[in-house]
Amino acid sequence: MDYGIKDSIIAIITTDRSMISTTTVPVFYASTEEEKERVALLVSKVTTGMVHDLENGSYVIVKH
Amino acid sequence: MIEFGIPIIVSLFMGLFARIYMIRIDQRQYPSYPQGLISHLTLGLIASFLGSVAVPSLINKEFGAVTFLALAAQQFRDVRSMERQSLDNIEPTELVSRGMAYIEDIAKAFEARNYMVIITALITSCAIFSTKYMNFNIYIQVISGILSGSIIAIILKGLLRRQLIMEIANVNEAKIDFDGPILKVNGVSIMNIGLKESREIYLKYGIAIEIVPNDSNARATLGNIGQRQAIVHNAAIQLGLKKDVDTPDFTPIARRNLENGNIVMAMVPMVSDTQLLVESVKTTPVLETSKRKPLQSKVGYKASKEE
Repeated sequence: MDYGIKDSIIAIITTDRSMISTTTVPVFYASTEEEKERVALLVSKVTTGMVHDLENGSYVIVKH
Repeated sequence: MIEFGIPIIVSLFMGLFARIYMIRIDQRQYPSYPQGLISHLTLGLIASFLGSVAVPSLINKEFGAVTFLALAAQQFRDVRSMERQSLDNIEPTELVSRGMAYIEDIAKAFEARNYMVIITALITSCAIFSTKYMNFNIYIQVISGILSGSIIAIILKGLLRRQLIMEIANVNEAKIDFDGPILKVNGVSIMNIGLKESREIYLKYGIAIEIVPNDSNARATLGNIGQRQAIVHNAAIQLGLKKDVDTPDFTPIARRNLENGNIVMAMVPMVSDTQLLVESVKTTPVLETSKRKPLQSKVGYKASKEE
């Protein structure tokens, strides 16, 4: 049994257009901060993952 | 066989009494009621019977019967694995998991309680037979059996008593704040919470505590991840959480202050009363499997002196 953060990133939500989507992790672009927040919430609800802020304009969703 | 009737019946009841004395149906709901309770009482009865027939079979020179005790030991090891398995199976259904260490501890406790029943029944029948050979009458025999059985049950319960967190540490209120997205309690980072909404909920309803260990032994014990998970599980069960499977942001996690080994923990309970949280943490048992005693080693003792 493991506790705490252990699993991989399942989605990235960002306002940074220069972020390039790789094949492994989907990237969702948002135009505003509010949209980023909203998309992050929606994706996290679908995946039951947790939203983490990287403070560079990107959120990552990690399933724990 | 009739001459052994009374000793067997009396020690059987003493053993069963010991099992009932040790069974607790409380907020933990473990053993569960009613099925779990019945199966444990039945196993207790079997254990008690094995304990009570050991002395009569020795007196009858039926030495083969004693090997049944070995069989009994095997049987009660199975009790442990049965408990472990059933708790393991329901673990994914817990909103806040118990953790392997807590499960192991509960399973061990159930095994030990069955041995306690055997010992109680055995001591009771020993007492009855020894007074019988001293030619006391039947009432004295029964009374001495009941007395010694009760004393042994009380002593064993005392031996099996687990320490509580409040005996090894102080639990204080603590303050929640955010450093950017990082949730902090008394300056110790707990986790990264991305959603602003969740952060606001933490600031509004969240409560936090800090557990300050009394010495190096307590510090090592509290550092154990299983012990921390048990604390979190107990607190979450007792206070109730504002959390569901799709809101992992509100999963309570106990983190360690690397400087001094203090444990901090934040949660968003149904009722934001820090005193209740402090109380529930204080009454969490110290797990046998998590207990560490570095102070009893030379190096550990020296290390604590150098602090």
